Amino acid sequence: MLKTDGIPTKKQVLSRFPNEELLDRPKAITECYEDIPCNPCSTSCPFDAIHIGEDINKQPKVDFDKCTGCGICVFNCPGLAIMTVQVIEDRATFKIPYEFLPYPIVGDFYPGVDRSSKVICDALITKVVINKKQDKTALVHVEIPAEYIHEFITIRRP
Amino acid sequence: MIYHDLVIIGGGPAGLSAAKVAAEAGVKSLIIERDFKVGGQLVKQTHMFFGSEKQYASTRGINIANILIDDVFNKSDYIEVMTEATVVGLYSDNIITVLCKEKYIKIKAKAIIVATGASEKFLAFENNDLPGIYGAGAVQTLMNVHGVLPGQKVVMVGSGNIGLIVSYQLLQAGVDVVRVIEAAKNIGGYKVHASKLRRLGVEIKTGQSIKEAIGKDCVEKIVVAELDNKWEFIEGTEEEIEVDAVCISVGLSPLSSVLSMGGAQMKYVAFLGGTVPMIDKHHETTINNVFVAGDVCGVEEASSAIVEGYYTGLLVSERLGFKHPNHEELYKDFKNQLANLRSGPFGKKTRLGLKEILR
Repeated sequence: MLKTDGIPTKKQVLSRFPNEELLDRPKAITECYEDIPCNPCSTSCPFDAIHIGEDINKQPKVDFDKCTGCGICVFNCPGLAIMTVQVIEDRATFKIPYEFLPYPIVGDFYPGVDRSSKVICDALITKVVINKKQDKTALVHVEIPAEYIHEFITIRRP
Repeated sequence: MIYHDLVIIGGGPAGLSAAKVAAEAGVKSLIIERDFKVGGQLVKQTHMFFGSEKQYASTRGINIANILIDDVFNKSDYIEVMTEATVVGLYSDNIITVLCKEKYIKIKAKAIIVATGASEKFLAFENNDLPGIYGAGAVQTLMNVHGVLPGQKVVMVGSGNIGLIVSYQLLQAGVDVVRVIEAAKNIGGYKVHASKLRRLGVEIKTGQSIKEAIGKDCVEKIVVAELDNKWEFIEGTEEEIEVDAVCISVGLSPLSSVLSMGGAQMKYVAFLGGTVPMIDKHHETTINNVFVAGDVCGVEEASSAIVEGYYTGLLVSERLGFKHPNHEELYKDFKNQLANLRSGPFGKKTRLGLKEILR
């Protein structure tokens, strides 16, 4: 359970995903399940797609019609709790935040892990974006089999 | 004797912010800092901060330190900084004594802001003095300031935000964090930090604490055990873990002793982390013209310390006869920011604690 071991329940995770038909375009998944005083996801969004409101303790709500999955919130979230997901046929592409050196190598496969760090699939690195604005948090594009979209969370360093 | 209008004790987030706003109002101040440079604990925070834009959310702590330090050095006509200087006494008529590079100095100030912050609590267990057993702050200083690894295999004791964040920084430095243990039933810090560790393979175990450290010249292993509802170890649940370092992160306690010495009315408030001064809504203690800002009057996040510094700097300036050109507007803004930062479940302790010390 989240409050005792840091692992959210499947129900919590699913509550942050949009309807599957919307995932043909990338969408932000905000895995912030607790009222904490924080709102950079909302203020950094250029499309006004993430709402928190006046009380910054509220949890973010994504307007999936406005969200373009650009990934700006992903590297602005201090909790590294946001990623984007897109599904095309049987492949899913994620943009995940990554703060380890060396940065992953494009074209390589890394072990894809779930929220309890169990290896669940091979994850192909398709792009690594790092610019000054990101302040060292890389945006890593990862491709995995679509069946793991609700389980995959990050890559393990080989 | 040296005379100053405003003396700020402590050059961390609260002290730097107070000096900035005071300078804007036209008050000249002296910041007295114990360390070699100002910035406080921010200089070793490599993670992005929470809060909102006004408290530099999403900026890394080290970069926030640089912003606050630049603000101060850009106002060097108004702000003087004395480093490697420790305030050792607070006497009547707002006279403080300072030990600076082996020189003993007396300073008399019209007003004083005590922004000394907080210090780490430690934990009593057998052999807790073995080399390799660190406070989380020491680990951050070694690792993030000096680039020295504290060990290769670490157990973190305590799951508050500091424990969770330092564990993550240890992972980033290539250290194996074997486990985070937490005496309470639930994780203490933000769950996003906990999830970040869990997905990277760090086990988090609640209801467990450290019983004993074992080692000849340094820590080689530790014994952990589960706790019952009375915080007593449950016999038979002991488990040995091999480590070469242990990091203790069991909370902070306000560094308020200089105020006790000066005769300010103090109170022990568990919600605020320890002994804190009684204050009024202007953050003035029971000693006339001695104010407080930041963790010294209640342990919180650095975001709150920054805003408290602004707030206190504004009100002290007014007291000294220098009203900030935007006083009313800023007063309202700082108050709102503090209320907003403290309004959620994580601000509950602060809300309850402040009620106990407001006079």
